[in-house]
Amino acid sequence: MTASSILIQFLNGLASASSLFLVAAGLSLIFGVTRIVNFAHGSLFMLGMYLAVALAPELGYWASVPLAALAVAAFGALVEALVLRRLYAAPELLQLLATFALVLVVKDFTLWAWGPDDILGPRAPGLSGAVTIAGRQFPEYDLFLIVFGPAVLAALWYLMTRTRWGTLVRAATQDRDMAAALGVNQKWLFTGVFALGALLAGLGGAVQIPREPATLFIDLQTISDAFVVVVVGGLGSIPGAFLAALLIAEIKSFCIGLGFSKITLVVEFIVMAAVLVLRPWGLLGRMPAQARGAGSVEPLLRLPSRGMVVGLGALALALALVPLVQSGYTLVLLTDVLLFALFAVSLHFIMGPGGLHSFGHAAYFGLGAYAAGLLVLKGGLPMEAALLAGPWFAALGALAFGWFCVRLSGVYLAMLTLAFAQIAWSVIFQWDQFTGGSNGLVGIWPAAWLASKSAYYYLTLTACLGGIALLWRVLYAPFGYAVRAGRDSPLRADAIGIDVRAVQWAAFTLAGLFAGLAGALFAFSKGSISPEALAVPRSVDGLVMVLLGGIQTLTGPVWGAVLFTWLQDAVARGIDYWRAVIGGVILLIVLAFPHGVTGFLRARFAP
Amino acid sequence: MVLAVKELSKAYGGVQAVRKVSFSVDAGELLAMIGPNGAGKTTCFNMLNGQVESDAGTIEFEGRSLAGLAPRDIWRLGVGRTFQITATFGSMTVRENVQMALLSHHRRLWSLAALAARCHAGEADALLARVGMLEQAERPCAVLAYGDLKRVELAMALANRPRLLLMDEPTAGMAPRERNELMQLAAELARSGGIAVLFTEHDMDVVFTHAHRVIVLSGGELIAEGKPATVRADARVREVYLGSGHA
Repeated sequence: MTASSILIQFLNGLASASSLFLVAAGLSLIFGVTRIVNFAHGSLFMLGMYLAVALAPELGYWASVPLAALAVAAFGALVEALVLRRLYAAPELLQLLATFALVLVVKDFTLWAWGPDDILGPRAPGLSGAVTIAGRQFPEYDLFLIVFGPAVLAALWYLMTRTRWGTLVRAATQDRDMAAALGVNQKWLFTGVFALGALLAGLGGAVQIPREPATLFIDLQTISDAFVVVVVGGLGSIPGAFLAALLIAEIKSFCIGLGFSKITLVVEFIVMAAVLVLRPWGLLGRMPAQARGAGSVEPLLRLPSRGMVVGLGALALALALVPLVQSGYTLVLLTDVLLFALFAVSLHFIMGPGGLHSFGHAAYFGLGAYAAGLLVLKGGLPMEAALLAGPWFAALGALAFGWFCVRLSGVYLAMLTLAFAQIAWSVIFQWDQFTGGSNGLVGIWPAAWLASKSAYYYLTLTACLGGIALLWRVLYAPFGYAVRAGRDSPLRADAIGIDVRAVQWAAFTLAGLFAGLAGALFAFSKGSISPEALAVPRSVDGLVMVLLGGIQTLTGPVWGAVLFTWLQDAVARGIDYWRAVIGGVILLIVLAFPHGVTGFLRARFAP
Repeated sequence: MVLAVKELSKAYGGVQAVRKVSFSVDAGELLAMIGPNGAGKTTCFNMLNGQVESDAGTIEFEGRSLAGLAPRDIWRLGVGRTFQITATFGSMTVRENVQMALLSHHRRLWSLAALAARCHAGEADALLARVGMLEQAERPCAVLAYGDLKRVELAMALANRPRLLLMDEPTAGMAPRERNELMQLAAELARSGGIAVLFTEHDMDVVFTHAHRVIVLSGGELIAEGKPATVRADARVREVYLGSGHA
């Protein structure tokens, strides 16, 4: 690398950092005050992009940027007032579910309004040329971005430290109960902060259009990036977000400059994992203030009543009889339902009793699926052996990733699990020769004796019900109690000789093993496997299943998996905009039953 | 000598929370650690059970150094602890809380086979009976009154048959009668089991009625030590508690 190319890569990095900073600053602000992790923040960025692209031909580029940002801000305020405001008292995971439902709705709205194809934005009038720097061409617009990011940082700094509103926001970030006790009108403050955060996201999207096309995939890509930046910088710290955006954009830029463009997807997550292990609250972050009050009180774990055992047994029997009366599509759908139920129960195992909120559980589902597929295709193993061996590779992955994850808690743990899932996804997505890259693997079929739909259904039924029963049983064993002890009070657990991290690590690995089993069953049921098996949406599917059913109950995740898989199947076949419908249904359910469906039924009909 | 502390020190940033504190506790003895707020009592406790690392000084339990050990290791050696702000498992019943401690004591935490709710139930009930919580064994810990939680904590601390009991404000949040009952229980445990008990306490009636010996911390330093009556009469102690103008 010559000195001039180093300089150009450095400037490229600075230009990319600006947009990244805008999104991350908005996310950080919103989290700081409302304690909501806004999964839909990438969607707000995407809206900003599409709106700017749509408005530019009519109004000109420079007018479209602020207008798009303002429109996104107005949308953000509306969402806060109509949806999130009702959920501030709900468990944080449910808030997350609501913001994810928004992701689905916004995605389909964008698809409906602007179509599925990528849209190229206009060049910025007046800045469409290039200047010569150190003998190389450098876009003028990128120079503008390099200045724009720090300018927004300065404006935010002024707003936060020199205005009354900023002081109130900082007060609420430090201690919102005290701010409320001192008479700060929380409603409008929260709406204002959410609108400002949305404005920043929309602005970040709008200024990006001369550099990259607007696509429907930008939302989840942006939210992953923004999570990384916010976590590396420290949740709630705007200078931290700026620093982290710079750091990550520069590292990415130099990776591309050095010809390692393939590892850019992985590298930011490696940086994040390293920062979280060394500085668990980010570069400029502080240990989060504890919310007052007892929080959500976890229920007792009672041994199931005789009626419950009989009921579940009858259900298993009924499932075993289905192939006698139904064939074809019903069995395929039920196979899906069963293996997603196992996936959801394995996620619930660490999320509920373990208190480890994983946003990346699909990693283990995908690792199990890919390991099983590769053992057949590359290892030449018979299908039965691959099915048995595959999940252990998922467990191995969980063992390696889990070692880092159990060192963190809360939102930081969630982000790290997401990061690891993203790393696993990137590796599989880019390793064309071995994993088939974006095409995935094909030709992974079950052995001849399992080839019929009903035979494979019986295999799945046995494996999934067995797995679910085993995971439930473990919760009643001393080990399961130790897992709950670590969640209820790490302090007390440590003081009575429980090695909380070791217990959580083991639980994480066990959950990975069973997610891997679900994944391996999935691979053979479809005959193929693609990187989508472990992408972010699959992890979120798992979260939705667990939260829909109710995290505080054992059987909840099963009902959640049934409901979600059936809904997805029924809606996806009949309606073009099925994501929006599912998103809408999730929003309605969240608003109507803030404790999950099972939790609601239990509260309503409990003796 | 069960516990011997020598020149224990800890600073947080520029604040010297504990400075060169030395004391010891004998088997069967009730030693009270008193001092005004911010005197360094809880910091001392947290160093004793391994939650906080000391800057300097030594802590020996039955002749063995506790330096660098985690709380769970120190518990295994035979040191029980109750917290100033109670810490119990809210999603478990009172009995299950004690069973949890017993499972750990009997090294069965990693068992996947047994039903935890049926392990050591008799032993748990015996401990609960001892602290007067047997009638409430089935109740979830999340709904207990504060004084009752303190007693559950004591039962848990006793689960591994400790030779040293560290009780940080054991009677806070209790009615006066309850306080005396609990301290009588602690005294009884110390006497019959030969347990060394170190406790902090704000209620001077409790201290002067039940403690065999008292040490006084102020500004992180040990300023007095001796029999309750001697300490009560100590001029420096009176100054610290009442202010020099009243002395």
